[in-house]
Amino acid sequence: MHRLAERPTLLVDRAFHYCPGCTHGIIHRLVAEVLEELQLADRTIGIASVGCSVLAYEYFDLDMQQAAHGRAPAVATGIKRFLPDSVVFTYQGDGDLASIGMAEIIHAAARGEAITVIFVNNTLYGMTGGQLAPTTLLEQKSTTSPQGRKAEREGHPIKVIELLSTLAGPGFLARTAVHTPAQVLKTRKAIKEAFLAQLDKCFALVEILSTCPTNWKLSPVESVEWVEKQMLPVYPLVKLERSDDGTWLKTQL
Amino acid sequence: MQKKLLQGNVALAEAAVRAGCNCYFGYPITPQTEIMEYLAGRLPEVGGVFLQAESEIAAINMVYGAAGAGARVMTSSSGPGISLKAEGISYLAATELPCVIVNVMRAGPGLGGIQPSQADYLQATRSAGHGGYRCPVLAPSGAQEMADLTYLAFQLADQYRTPVFILADALVGQTKELVELPEFIKTLPAKPWATTGKTGRKRNVINSLYLDDNELENHNLQLLQKYEQIALSETRWEEQWCTDAQIIVVAFGFLARIAKEAVLLAREMGIKAGLFRPVTLWPFPAAALRQAVTSDRKVLVVEMNGGQMLEDVQLAVNKQVPVGFLGKVGGLPPEAREILGRIAKMAGEKIAQIS
Ligand SMILES: Cc1ncc(C[n+]2csc(CCOP(=O)(O)OP(=O)(O)O)c2C)c(N)n1
Ligand code: SF4
Repeated sequence: MHRLAERPTLLVDRAFHYCPGCTHGIIHRLVAEVLEELQLADRTIGIASVGCSVLAYEYFDLDMQQAAHGRAPAVATGIKRFLPDSVVFTYQGDGDLASIGMAEIIHAAARGEAITVIFVNNTLYGMTGGQLAPTTLLEQKSTTSPQGRKAEREGHPIKVIELLSTLAGPGFLARTAVHTPAQVLKTRKAIKEAFLAQLDKCFALVEILSTCPTNWKLSPVESVEWVEKQMLPVYPLVKLERSDDGTWLKTQL
Repeated sequence: MQKKLLQGNVALAEAAVRAGCNCYFGYPITPQTEIMEYLAGRLPEVGGVFLQAESEIAAINMVYGAAGAGARVMTSSSGPGISLKAEGISYLAATELPCVIVNVMRAGPGLGGIQPSQADYLQATRSAGHGGYRCPVLAPSGAQEMADLTYLAFQLADQYRTPVFILADALVGQTKELVELPEFIKTLPAKPWATTGKTGRKRNVINSLYLDDNELENHNLQLLQKYEQIALSETRWEEQWCTDAQIIVVAFGFLARIAKEAVLLAREMGIKAGLFRPVTLWPFPAAALRQAVTSDRKVLVVEMNGGQMLEDVQLAVNKQVPVGFLGKVGGLPPEAREILGRIAKMAGEKIAQIS
């Protein structure tokens, strides 16, 4: 039989702890595949953050550091400044990156740290049981916004890509999704470009729209539909590449 | 070697460079900013990394990253900043990453003031952050020791794989004195556990999450054992004129020097006073103090806080002898004569006789 795909060598051979239908697993796989393809494993240091992906250090067959909630970009900065030839990536949820760690991500981006950030946006706090995140959609219910998010009360969702695109530091920003096979492939490409951008000494971030069937209280199939219908209108899929004159080249994905 | 006139903060910074410190991450706060200002110029000269972080929280996490990658790394701050670093320090202690953390204390709590103080004794010697860990705490008494103890701090940090605190007060940090700087270190210890990329070996993981009860317990027991070992091997103190003393003054940092003056004045008056100066605040030299303080003696603790080391002294002497306290909380140290007054009072002499 002809095999179309195999387990990436950079993923440790063990079962993920993620819930059925959760797309964290797909994203892990894509990161591992890209690093393998680019043959970067020997000089890569990954940073696991806090959230459902806290155990990422168990899954990647790479040197890994686990960071405090939100602080991964600062940890990455420390590593990268000391080892400028290394390849450093952080893997962060939306609560981690856009709430408690907002200062760290903005400043790492503003400094143009040559790191790659994998930013998994599932619109709420998965690990702690579905609380409001800065990315929670208006009207979306969470355990701490049981009547649905209201702009007057909880403020507006934060669009990280658009926010970071106001800074001169980043070289590559993309928002992708993994709810269809076609989008998975686009995400893989964006992740690859984000690592290539790091090799070009640029700060790069890929925001990946992800599912959380458990806390959305939807089936895996309904979750995929929810990404399509609810998330995409608020979080458009886009790729921004900084050109030589400092302006952004924008591609809809 | 030639002595140089150096401010305590600068002596510390240069000694760090000579100790092989190749990374510094910090955020400005009085009265320690000279450390980072000095290193901003000096570290690039020796091929090291200097970065002003966006906050103390970011700075300590940069320390965590660099320490994990094998750097000899330092950060410095003062009380309010150390509070912010607390989370990161807990992670560093849990993951056993070596680094040096300098606290040049100012008066608090809250914003307090920028005056000299020793009010962060409890914060440093117990634990600044969560979860119950210990870090060695070295308390320099002047510019020379800012250099010497910093050099030692890096050594201890690597030897025990732990964050080490330098707990100085603004008097030590700001005063200029003649300092003989230590030699440049020749070789740095190998760090096979560091995350440098897994070339030619299995992956290294730096992590403080233990979801399995047994693993967590084993990890914490191992940390506790290490702390015991540090307490056994690394307790440091200085004592002068204690052998025949009726009154032993216990003070640390710059204050120990003022206390020493008071002790000498007391001796001139015929009161047998002695000085006991803890150099490591954790581990606290409790056994040495207990030995110095036999049952016919009295103890006077002098601090620039409301009585923080006092608790350790009381524990050490275990109610066997009277313990007096003189504390200053406004940012000014007590004068030698004020300490002398207390010594005389405890010795039963009249204050009038000393003036
Ligand atoms: C300082 C701190 N505050 C709070 C927590 C608790 N906490 C753990 S995970 C988490 C939310 C993570 O959500 P997100 O980053 O969106 O990741 P997800 O679980 O959705 O993948 C929180 C608040 C913590 N570990 N540390
Ligand atoms: S709680 Fe949500 S984000 Fe976390 S593993 Fe389960 S589905 Fe994924």
